This record gives sequence, structure tokens and C-alpha cells, in this order.
Amino acid sequence: MTTDDVELRALVPRVLSVLVGRGADFATAEDAVQEALVRAVSAWRTDPPADPTAWLVTVAWRAFLDMVRSDAARRDREVTFDTQPPTGAVPSADDSLRLYFLCAHPDLTSSSAVALTLRAVGGLTTRQIAQAYLVPEATMAQRISRAKRTVARAGVERPGDVRTVMRVLYLVFNEGYSGDIDLAAEAIRLTRQLASLTDDADVRGLLALMLLHHARRRSRTRADGSIVPLAEQDRSQWDVELIAEGIAILHAALARDQLGEYQAQAAIAALHADAPRVEETDWVQIVEWYDELLSFADTPIVRLNRAVAVGEADGAPAGLSALAAVGDDVPRRDAVAAHLHEKNGDLELAARLYADAARRAPNLAERDHQMRQAARLNQQLRHHR
Amino acid sequence: MAKYLLLKHYRGAPAPANNVPMDKWTPDEVEAHIKFMQDFAVRLEATGEFVDAQALSPDGVWVRSDGEGRPPVTDGPFAETKDLIAGWMVIDVDSYERAVELAGELSAAPGGSGEPIHEWLEVRPFLAAPPTITQ
Repeated sequence: MTTDDVELRALVPRVLSVLVGRGADFATAEDAVQEALVRAVSAWRTDPPADPTAWLVTVAWRAFLDMVRSDAARRDREVTFDTQPPTGAVPSADDSLRLYFLCAHPDLTSSSAVALTLRAVGGLTTRQIAQAYLVPEATMAQRISRAKRTVARAGVERPGDVRTVMRVLYLVFNEGYSGDIDLAAEAIRLTRQLASLTDDADVRGLLALMLLHHARRRSRTRADGSIVPLAEQDRSQWDVELIAEGIAILHAALARDQLGEYQAQAAIAALHADAPRVEETDWVQIVEWYDELLSFADTPIVRLNRAVAVGEADGAPAGLSALAAVGDDVPRRDAVAAHLHEKNGDLELAARLYADAARRAPNLAERDHQMRQAARLNQQLRHHR
Repeated sequence: MAKYLLLKHYRGAPAPANNVPMDKWTPDEVEAHIKFMQDFAVRLEATGEFVDAQALSPDGVWVRSDGEGRPPVTDGPFAETKDLIAGWMVIDVDSYERAVELAGELSAAPGGSGEPIHEWLEVRPFLAAPPTITQ
């Protein structure tokens, strides 16, 4: 993806809200904006416009009129839209924000909301989104058009809110799939845009969380795709600029005293990022932040991660008793149990649990990682015998 | 060209020659196995014969309809089920002989003690689309 492409796509929410503000229906307007983007890519190469937004609005509006006209001709109806668009009516930040809400409409399933957000707010093509999520393009096209119909039916009056938008952007960030599109970078871009449109402290928390995790990206996997656990990561590869930015955004958000789930998660990420060596990690404070996080999201996953932190702060036995409250069916519980038992000196049990963790791993990289751990411990045990 | 499925089983295939479970291999042997599998797929991409490869979790459940208006019935997982698929590779090759040749190479992936596993893989031809000219 080129920088120009990103700059072009950043204009999408404004252009789309102008069309919707002029009375265009959301679904057709969205198709028209996509059409304008495609034309911009070839037209701007030779003749870049002085005012890119105005250019896109003009071309998208014409495309919209063409679409409505051919539709009307098919149905033998009058075209009710003026060829000359009404002047004035510059879209406000609220209009763009409403687009975000619309794409994260609570009537949509999360996969539909993700797809619609990436297209209508992110300006990605259906093909790009399909590639990123490893599904056929026709499937993704259907998912998007069904999502648009759902949104149209549910009515623009009752859109989602900033919570649902944050959940959608969090899902986009967390997808590890590869393709032409870097979904993590795209999620950060859209969250930045969202933060510029709204005053919500937890949106800044989410942005900080993404930046702090993105900063560790290079050190998280080896060239062959294998996982490097946090404790073994080469911290000199962490992106100090992103960390500094994430921490600054987090501090500004926390100062507003409207604590939320994403700020608590970002605070944990910031404490990891702050430690120049793993031995210097402030685990006591991390446990405190997990306790805060529990007050917003008391989920088994949070309790599982808290048990790891307790194991580091207060020793393996304390970690194991924290783990006792986490159900057996929670994903990755075997892996955490294995880690804590190894730390506690019970290598035989740890080796068995690593093998269990490999068998129940949700992805190949994780499976291979847990299998390596089991093999490492079993080799150690053979040497001791 | 014809498509074949190379099917790998967790359970249900005859025991391989080198039958040490993976967690009892040395870390280096685990590494060598993973690299072999990655290189194999990359090589088939380069020869224009690779279609798809996927791995499956061993956890699964049996499901059947329980009639209209009722939720489907689920059962299992059954420990006694003889056959358990671990994953597959789909290849598009010129001949049955080539499919068998590739399955043989894949079966020789290194295992415990660095020796080839000689694992049994199932080779199944896809049912193709009917040809245009039939007479």
C-alpha cells in the first residue's frame, strides 16, 4: 500500500458523509465513493487535483447519479436528484462519526461490521478485504451488501455507539492474517481518525493499546513465522517512537479520570514497554491493573492473564492458586498452567501440560511453540535421569 | 491436471515405522520437522502444483438435525472413533503417479531421532467437473 493510497482513503468518511448529507441512500452512496476512489487512482497519477476532497465529492456524486438513473430507468421512474448538487453543507465531524456508528450497527454480526467498516470508512476494496480475511471475493461482496441492507433496514436513526465501534476496530487490529493489507496498521489509522472525531477517553486508551502492541511487532515472530514469547523478545527491536506516543496518549487519557477497559489494557502494555529488560518488569503494578481491568471486563481470559502476572509478582504457587479459578475449557489455560508448573519446579507435569497445550492450540504457530516447549522439557528430563 | 487430497490422520492410519510422539523428540528434531513441512509447500508452489494446505484441531463434535423447530443434537467427541483427520494438502498434478510420488516424499518428513517418520498418508482423487467433449 502506498502513502498516497492511505491519504486518499483518509478522505473517504468525509466524502461519503457529504453524499449521505445530500440525501443519497447509504448503500448506493458507498458504491459511488468506491467508484470515485478507483477513478482517482488512475486520474491523479497524471493530474493531481488541487482539492482532492472536492474532486472526490464531484466524481462520487456523478457516479451516484449514474447509478440512481440506471436504476430508475430499469424501474421506469423519475430521477428525483438534481444534477447540480446543493452547495454548502460542509460535513461536520459528527457526520463522519455517524458513519462509524452506522458501520458498527448493533444489528450486524461482528464479521459483517468489520467488513463494512473496512470498506465504507476505510475505503478498502472488497477484493482487498477478502484477501485479508482469506475468503473468496464473492463471499465478501455478499457479506458487505447484506450488511448494507441490514443497516438500511435498521434505520440510520438507531446506529451503534462508540463502544461498538471500538470493539470492531479492536477485532480488526487483532487479526493476524497476512495479505496486501496490514490490518493492524489499518486499525490504527481508523482509530486515530475516530479519536479525532470524538472526545471519549477510552478511544484514546484503545489507540494507545494498539500503538504499544504494534511497537513490539518486529520482535514477536521470527522470520519463519514462529512465536517469540514476551520474555524472550529482543527489546532493542521495539519501536521506541511508537511506545513514546502510546504512553503519552495513555497518560493524557488517564488524566481525565474516566477509566475504561482499553485504558486499563493499555496501562498493562505500557508497563511491559517501560521495562528495558524483562527482569525489570513491574509485575506488582501489572497485577493492580489486571484488578482494575476485572472491574470492567470480568472474563476468563483476563483472569487467565492475571494468573500469569500474579505468578511473576508473588511466585508460582500464588499464580497457580489464581489459576484455580479459571475453568478448564478456557483457551490457552494448559499453556499458562504449564508455564507456572515449570516455574514451580514440577517439570514432568509441565511437560505433559505443554503437550496438552499443543494439542488444543488454536493456531499452527501456537501449536508449534507449545510443542517446542514440551520437547525442551522432555529433553531436560532425559538428561537428569 | 487432476486434483488429489493428501490426507494426514491423527488416528486411524496404520502405525508408522518411526512412531515416537512429537513431544518426545528433541527441540532440534521438532524444528527440522516444521521446516520440512514449510519447505515442502513452498516447493510445490514453485512447481505450480500446490492448491491448499490446512491443519485441523483434534477436538470435534458430531452433529445431526433433530427435526424442524428443534436445535440440532450434538454428541462426542468419541474417544473410540477410529478415524481422526489431522490435516490435508490439496495438489493439482499431471498424473496419479505424481500424486503418489509427492505423498511418498511428504511421508518421509523427519521425526524422532531425525529419522523419516514413514507415516501412512491417504491419497484421494477429487471428483472432477464433467468434460465438454464426451464423444
